[in-house]
Amino acid sequence: MDAIILQILNGLDKGSAYALIALGLTLIFGTLGVVNFAHGALFMIGAFCAVTMQRILTLSYETIDATKTDFLGNALKVKTPYVESWFGPEMGASIIDWAVPLAILFSIPIMLLVGYVMERGLIKHFYKRPHADQILVTFGLAIVLQELIKHYYGANPIPTGAPDAFKGSFDFGTLLGFDPNTVIYPYWRMVYFAFAAVIIGAVFAFLQFTTFGMVVRAGMADRETVGLLGINIDKRFTIMFGLAAAVAGLAGVMYAPINSPNYHMGMDFLVLSFVVVVVGGMGSLPGAVLAGFMLGILESFASMNWIKDIVPGIDQIIIYLVAIIILLTRPRGLMGRKGVMED
Amino acid sequence: MLGLSKKDTKFLFIVIALTAATPILLQPFPEGSAMSQFNAGYPDLMQRFAIFGIFAIGFNILFGLTGYLSFGHAAFLGVGSYSAVWMFKLLSMNVLPGIILAIIVSGLFALVIGYVSLRRSGIYFSILTLAFAQMSFNLAYSVLTPITNGETGLQVTLNDPRILGQQVAANGNVPPTNFFGLEMGSSLKIPVGGWEFTFNAGYYFCAVIAILAFYLSLRIFRSPFGLMLRAIKTNQTRLNYTGLNSRPYTLAAFVISGMYAGLAGGLLASMDPLAGAERMQWTASGEVVLMTILGGVGTMMGPILGAGFIKYFENIFSKINENVLHQWFSFLPDGLEGFVIWVAEHFVGSGWHLTSGVLFMMVVIFLPGGLVEGGQRIGKKLKRKKSDGDGDDAEHHPKQSPHVAE
Repeated sequence: MDAIILQILNGLDKGSAYALIALGLTLIFGTLGVVNFAHGALFMIGAFCAVTMQRILTLSYETIDATKTDFLGNALKVKTPYVESWFGPEMGASIIDWAVPLAILFSIPIMLLVGYVMERGLIKHFYKRPHADQILVTFGLAIVLQELIKHYYGANPIPTGAPDAFKGSFDFGTLLGFDPNTVIYPYWRMVYFAFAAVIIGAVFAFLQFTTFGMVVRAGMADRETVGLLGINIDKRFTIMFGLAAAVAGLAGVMYAPINSPNYHMGMDFLVLSFVVVVVGGMGSLPGAVLAGFMLGILESFASMNWIKDIVPGIDQIIIYLVAIIILLTRPRGLMGRKGVMED
Repeated sequence: MLGLSKKDTKFLFIVIALTAATPILLQPFPEGSAMSQFNAGYPDLMQRFAIFGIFAIGFNILFGLTGYLSFGHAAFLGVGSYSAVWMFKLLSMNVLPGIILAIIVSGLFALVIGYVSLRRSGIYFSILTLAFAQMSFNLAYSVLTPITNGETGLQVTLNDPRILGQQVAANGNVPPTNFFGLEMGSSLKIPVGGWEFTFNAGYYFCAVIAILAFYLSLRIFRSPFGLMLRAIKTNQTRLNYTGLNSRPYTLAAFVISGMYAGLAGGLLASMDPLAGAERMQWTASGEVVLMTILGGVGTMMGPILGAGFIKYFENIFSKINENVLHQWFSFLPDGLEGFVIWVAEHFVGSGWHLTSGVLFMMVVIFLPGGLVEGGQRIGKKLKRKKSDGDGDDAEHHPKQSPHVAE
């Protein structure tokens, strides 16, 4: 029992990432009808926003400290981050420590801008082109973004730590009456899950309870009629694209402490997120979220040792297997609607 | 002749002539001259032209004719490579059994993947094939390590049984790959004036197979089967309404193109007997898509042109480094030179992938028909200019019959 709870918990954080990316993909697909293969790259850019924030905060100047010497007798150079000299050492250190949460503020405008530029500059011209062209051009864009990141940040993963306050783990075992240290779960992953839940809730609330969201939903259902009513639906869809980019970016920022960002993380997640979208049902927002969590948890179950002993390698392919089975038995996905991307 | 129309026969002979003369044509600059770095007449690169030409021709049979965009074709290439290397390990270093097994195994693999993936079309199909390829890639890296040798890649060693051939060559090394005694690595170097032409056995072996593959695809394009595939691309729903089940046709196209990819993989292993999982990665699948659309989807010549173009520039761009750039742009004023070099630096050396990504986008945005269409457009413009002087109107000229490449 404790092992099962542990695996469910482990699956939640990855599932949250899948759900957030799949949510953005579905939003873009539902509003603009565009298949965005560069969505994983947006997730990666988000993660690198966190890296950049950390680098900006640790920008330092060097001073020569005459009181300390190295083993040759030369005076030691001491690096002091600017932040520490501005806010005092203690305050400065804690600001640096909180780099990742601070990066959220920094990433939202960046991601909105990236999304806006992408939509106006590129995707706009592809509404009327076949889906194959959309896939190809966004695929090319994904390669470009990924290679640019590789050029400037290098090919190695860059460790980006969570704030010290969240470094430890929470012992669920004692809470639920199991032995201590059987079900432990890092705080940051809990934060990630809570964060994802808030974002997903916010997106749904935005679509459900605001006038803007209502118009967007109407536009998803029947774009032409909404246009005939004198509403500039294109503009709203562009904003939705920016929003979807921001969701992917935020998912990336918060994911940085869980998995050190590297340039190909976007593609790794993209392939899986597409599978998630397909399993959830193309164009269905609840389906995307549900399938994201479901597949994340399934994946973590499959990586349990005794299951791997029975079916070796199952953890690598479980998601694809599920996708294949779902597509063959329920071609529309779990919650797919009739008439949405039937072919 | 050969079951082809007159025009196609001519076309085929042009292709044969070009392939045969490739070692000379690709060596236009004398050895030691400043431009010699743009030469491409060395065996390794020419082999790649032929091999990736085959890969792209095969991909074009699927994507060009049926319109099904597969994002997982590299998986078949990888499977082909692995099976060929296993043949070298177990049977002999003769490339023939390796290539045959590569085609068979990749064909079976394509049958299974195609059977599942082809149940959906459009983007679902692309995603499914991508998922399958990633799955194969992951498996090759992890569980299948006994077969694929994981990250190190599969290699031939001295301890392999090789029951039909030599286990160890006379010089104590692993014997080289050969075709009934003709070593793939052997080449004939003929110096002519300042030039040196290399005629490599491996290249000609690949070239012969590439021409056969090209001939076969020409026949497929012109056959009733090819027509049926085009009908699927044009309007599958209507085809289904006429009472035809289109799936056997698409599946056949998928398997054929998978076998082409396997053949390319087998050849790749024959030229250099090792196989690694990175050949199956999504970037490799993306590369063949790029080759095909760059050359021109659905055209005969396009994929070969695209493959040659990509492989040539990959080679050239990877060779250029900062020093070379400084030499080139030294005529510019200082500030501008620095800026130009700063920009260019992103795209050369290890930045080739960035270049290919940009190229990818440019082609899709501006030239969806690829190089072949671009050439046709230029040709049309030139023709129009000429005919302006004659004062004829277009109606009095018979409409130009479609080019072979269409």
